[in-house]
Amino acid sequence: MATLDSKIPSGPLEKKWEKHKFDSKLVNPANRRKYTVIVVGSGLAGASAAASLGEMGYNVECFCYQDSPRRAHSIAAQGGINAAKNYPNDGDSVQRLFYDTIKGGDFRAREANVYRLAEVSNSIIDQCTAMGVPFAREYGGLLANRSFGGAQVSRTFYARGQTGQQLLLGAYSGLCNQIAAGTVKMHPRTEMLDLVVVDGHAKGIIVRDMVTGKIEAYAADTVLLATGGYGNVFYLSTNAKGCNVTATWRAHKKGAFFANPCYTQIHPTCIPVHGDFQSKLTLMSESLRNDGRVWVPKKKEDCGKPPGEIAEEDRDYYLERKYPSFGNLAPRDISSRAAKQVCDEGRGVGSTKLGVYLDFSAAIKRLGENVIRERYGNLFDMYHKITGEDAYKVPMRIFPAVHYTMGGLWVDYNLMSNLPGLHVLGEANFSDHGANRLGASALMQGLADGYFVMPYTIGNYLTTQTGKKVTTDHPEFAKALEEVKARTEQLLAIKGKRSVDSFHRELGLLLWEKCGMGRTEQSLKEALAKIPQIREEFWKNVNVLGESNDLNQSLEMAGRVADFLEFGELMCLDALERRESCGGHFREEYQFPDGEAKRDDENFAHVAAWEYVGDIAKSVRHIEPLNYENVHLAVRSYK
Amino acid sequence: MKAIISFYQSSIGKKWIVALTGLVLVGFVTGHMIGNLQIFLGPEALNKYAAFLQGLGELLWVIRGVMLACLGIHIITTVLLWIQNNAATPQKYAVNNPQAATIAAKTMIVSGLIVASFVVFHLLHFTTLSLHPEWKLWEDPEGRHDVFSLVIVGFRDPYTTGFYLLGLFLLCLHLSHGIQSFIQTLGVRTRKIAEPISFASPYIAGLIFLGYASIPMASILHLINPLPH
Amino acid sequence: MSHQLNLTLKVWRQKNAGTPGKFVEYPAQNIPTDCSFLEMLDIVNESLVQQNIEPIAFDHDCREGICGMCSLVINGVAHGPERATTTCQLHMRHFKDGDTIYIEPWRVGAFPLIKDLIVDRNALERIQQAGGFISARAGGAPDANSVPIPKQNADAAMDAAACIGCGACAAACPNSSAMLFVAAKVSHLALLPQGQPERTRRALKMVKTMDSEGFGNCTNYYECEAVCPAEIKSSFISMLNREYVFAAARDSVSMI
Repeated sequence: MATLDSKIPSGPLEKKWEKHKFDSKLVNPANRRKYTVIVVGSGLAGASAAASLGEMGYNVECFCYQDSPRRAHSIAAQGGINAAKNYPNDGDSVQRLFYDTIKGGDFRAREANVYRLAEVSNSIIDQCTAMGVPFAREYGGLLANRSFGGAQVSRTFYARGQTGQQLLLGAYSGLCNQIAAGTVKMHPRTEMLDLVVVDGHAKGIIVRDMVTGKIEAYAADTVLLATGGYGNVFYLSTNAKGCNVTATWRAHKKGAFFANPCYTQIHPTCIPVHGDFQSKLTLMSESLRNDGRVWVPKKKEDCGKPPGEIAEEDRDYYLERKYPSFGNLAPRDISSRAAKQVCDEGRGVGSTKLGVYLDFSAAIKRLGENVIRERYGNLFDMYHKITGEDAYKVPMRIFPAVHYTMGGLWVDYNLMSNLPGLHVLGEANFSDHGANRLGASALMQGLADGYFVMPYTIGNYLTTQTGKKVTTDHPEFAKALEEVKARTEQLLAIKGKRSVDSFHRELGLLLWEKCGMGRTEQSLKEALAKIPQIREEFWKNVNVLGESNDLNQSLEMAGRVADFLEFGELMCLDALERRESCGGHFREEYQFPDGEAKRDDENFAHVAAWEYVGDIAKSVRHIEPLNYENVHLAVRSYK
Repeated sequence: MKAIISFYQSSIGKKWIVALTGLVLVGFVTGHMIGNLQIFLGPEALNKYAAFLQGLGELLWVIRGVMLACLGIHIITTVLLWIQNNAATPQKYAVNNPQAATIAAKTMIVSGLIVASFVVFHLLHFTTLSLHPEWKLWEDPEGRHDVFSLVIVGFRDPYTTGFYLLGLFLLCLHLSHGIQSFIQTLGVRTRKIAEPISFASPYIAGLIFLGYASIPMASILHLINPLPH
Repeated sequence: MSHQLNLTLKVWRQKNAGTPGKFVEYPAQNIPTDCSFLEMLDIVNESLVQQNIEPIAFDHDCREGICGMCSLVINGVAHGPERATTTCQLHMRHFKDGDTIYIEPWRVGAFPLIKDLIVDRNALERIQQAGGFISARAGGAPDANSVPIPKQNADAAMDAAACIGCGACAAACPNSSAMLFVAAKVSHLALLPQGQPERTRRALKMVKTMDSEGFGNCTNYYECEAVCPAEIKSSFISMLNREYVFAAARDSVSMI
């Protein structure tokens, strides 16, 4: 069994990054342009990495499937970004942000990585401000903060309800600057379909030009994947329609280990599903929980009644009841699971009975409608647009939805995967959030990786590659190119009876039921039996119309769904093997009598990194032990 | 010079030129109206005013030159913009459903060009008196050119008055968009004043219409009468 | 409450820029009023696939009104009849049973058509690349609180920065002018102290690129403002007009 070397520097926790930066190899500024770096993805991690590396003088090729790098799904993040600035003087520090993140991740993240994240968080705010991100400010002109998602200090910086948008536009503007300067070449509407490995090193990618359909190879000295998470494996999620696992899955099939794929975050405050036609779920910022109270009727028979007709004493404010100290602000995984429990008990509301109330009437009575409008007006408008209901008058209905995936390709402290030359950034890697991500931490991690980690650590790999330049003339490129072309033609040749979407929906529903908020050995085994059958039918009966040498959205989706059909199996396998409950992974067999998640630190305080060996069912589970030298493993209590 | 050319070549530069010349022309239209409204004060006032203007001599020609130049630049630049704008949209929509554009905004080029031809007629009619050379000889008891009478007589012809009213209507339609438009283009339509200005612009144009139209209407309705000639 | 609609779609279909396009009529049947406009197209596409007809190609991604990828001119209005709403957030409850809906792509010379309802908006990218940024190297930034910014300015900058870059402004403009897009970016950065060093250069270069990309000139129709899903105000165009002239003046009359 291969050992996973996380390359965590020695020494005290707070000195590790400093030491590592000093020990890292540098590339002479004059030599940087001789190195080509491929960046796949242009979200916060990808755009910031591409811009920073371009600025440093590397020759960067950046790819995204959208028509502009500005459309990457980081743009949809609403709430904010954390940093340990302690501007509000309420006792925050790097140490506290580190501890909160480790605890929030249910003690399944690497200490050193998380500490580094907390350490660079302050620089991110400085950098973004310098680039013109219009963060919210107080009347004195200084930056405003709010508390967010289960934190007891105000450390979240925000730009109205569009923080992700503003941060991405900031990173994107830096990218534009570099594109204009000629250091970055941008390839929009271009999708990565395979990774090219030469002599055990990632040296290039195969892409499809989504406009002309041309399949091409690009060679580089190193490849950076910043392609986001795999939440769309569930079909319905808060991810953009185009988000997919293809880049990371293809890399996995070429030798990169996939770590903790079972860690998926289900966000508690989404607009409930209302029909079979639904194509995506919409998140409502969890800042709503600062003033909204979550409840369901105490009695099943009240569920059909209009909420106004249910008397106060017949309402169950279950979060306040179960978690008196955090109340409605309990972390995401806990709130989601609590919502599932009350719905499982038959006390859900709405036409599908899969929903709970988020009620603002008490806050409106206390603060007035105007204050609520000022704080959440855009969210109430969004809710109105989608549901046609006025949440100032009737309580919102919310339900958990797949939102973020903590698992991803395994990386070491340098953000390099076990496959040399392949670096993985942002949501696409597994490194910083453990089994559950806290609110306002995803933006922080994406930008940390791109602005402040990758630029320092890339030299450690590149300096080993002097004189080992590979071009697309290498036979491995021709081979990968042929494989991709053959696969594309195969998809078009099936000409079956079912649409791509119908398979995706079937897989998604299966995973939501069997490997969603609650998982059992039995449900996972059922899913593991069923997924290969769906996959088999897909390859026999999918109907992909159109041509390969043309813009063909069905073909694009077909390729992505084919990969989801493989990836889903690995996800269930990982969930099955992790015989404990932790964070977003809740195995119903492992819980305390009160329904709280029961970790097994003795046997599972480790990262599971899966190796592909030709058959997903036989994937090999490698282990990276998590050594906690600085924090004490405790039961994560928010009571 | 290079800077001026590149300014004029830019879209915003051209718009500024249109707005500035438009502003000058609006100023002229307003001043001209106030001057002409003296007709209601009687022949003495208007003829004295006309004599004063004539007495400006070369300065009058400078003013006329500036006005004509503004008009010419205004027209040429807008036509250039119009050509570019057409080229920018090679394929039109099958369904058009404007959400904000007013009739005035959509007809600027048409109203503008018709007004330009009206201005030519107006100059021939009342400035050069080419249509009625005999008017040149009319004098009031003071021995001044009797502009008062020739204006009233000129408007006693219903066709002329009709054409004037049409011309004035189009001019004011043009201004109802034009007034707020130059404020926008000159960069002073801030968000606080944006709505009041868009609201007020047609009313200002309407006032100008009423001011001008009162003269032919009063003439044709015999509310004011010429001196005997 | 949700009910279902039967509609007639007239959809612009065009294989590519080189092939002439035309409207094709499709029935859209049993469309739940709770679904979004794009989900309605998903349903139609699903039925087209069943009939072995190539589905309608349209741009979309986040489907929550923020990425700016979706487009579509619906019955002559960019992003459809609801104000401050992208196509993906337009819901079918705003239509009536039996309606005929015309769906066209953005028709702007500077946005060449790629396929069906998809156009190429790279012209906006090139405008952005011409100067829509603050050159600030990662690592060199001063403390974020070292320069206080009046709340009013930060808020106004945010109003402008909210632009989602969808291009509806140009699509709705009878002149195909992209002024609202350019105005939003120029104003956002001009309102912040960090944007001052490149202020002149930015305004001049972005406007120059906008012109050379073949967008039309703004004649103050305000159609852009009416359809803008991010509610960018046309007063920012006024601000751009001012910025540009001052920039041109500063550029030609250097006081140094």
